[in-house]
Amino acid sequence: MSVAPAEVDLPRIENESVPDKPWVTIVWNDPINLMSYVTYVFEHVFGYPRSKAQKLMLDVHHKGKAVVASGTRESMERNVEVLHGYGLWATVRQDT
Amino acid sequence: MEIFPARDGGVRVWLTGGESELLRLLANHIIDLMDGDRKDQPQRSVMDELEALFEEGPAPQTPTDPVLARLLPDAYREDPEAADEFRKYTERSLREAKKYFSQTLLDTLPDNGGLVKLTPDQARDWMRAINDVRLEWGVRLELTEDFEDQLAALDPEDPKVATFEVYGWLGAVQDSLVHALTR
Repeated sequence: MSVAPAEVDLPRIENESVPDKPWVTIVWNDPINLMSYVTYVFEHVFGYPRSKAQKLMLDVHHKGKAVVASGTRESMERNVEVLHGYGLWATVRQDT
Repeated sequence: MEIFPARDGGVRVWLTGGESELLRLLANHIIDLMDGDRKDQPQRSVMDELEALFEEGPAPQTPTDPVLARLLPDAYREDPEAADEFRKYTERSLREAKKYFSQTLLDTLPDNGGLVKLTPDQARDWMRAINDVRLEWGVRLELTEDFEDQLAALDPEDPKVATFEVYGWLGAVQDSLVHALTR
């Protein structure tokens, strides 16, 4: 079991016999966004503590991308809209 | 420019007339970019605006211009159909949001420089507006993570040097805003 501490919306079980794999919000590395800014956005948008926001930012920076949230498709799409407003390069995907 | 945290959680910014003028120019450019073709149309009435709101125009596609593609990116990386569908319902509001952030910057910039008091919300609008400007110029200058090396490799006479310097300055401003908000 893994529950992200600050998910915006908790996943709801749909009326399906087989539960879907969760959806995830991914942030990709880019050479323009500042490390301090990306950390701030993760803290502010997701309510993550500084340490978690910083770890996610470093994952994006060193690994090229990081999963920053998981949950329903709708809530992940909402995250992406907000992150695009902040200029982060974010995408949605169903977890594999 | 100097940026300080304010006691009410907001931010105080002191800037010169020249800095204010530069930010005004850059923010206006973002608004023009987000307006796209619409800015060439004659003044529209409220009825026209309402009609446009409900009209089923051609669905927007992933922009071919790399600057627009970076400011309005695809939400799905490996599923173009889902990316188009998402764009159809959100691109317009994302363009409006970006215009709003730049407009906050324009509305709060002092004409001849001076001190500005920003609420936390206004400071976040400034951050997003300035970040959009950095994205625009970062893409135009084809920046990599070795910004300093790229700048050092330029001929001092290269007209791009000035743009690199503005870009570097905007990064410092952005960093100061983040630190003032998290202090």
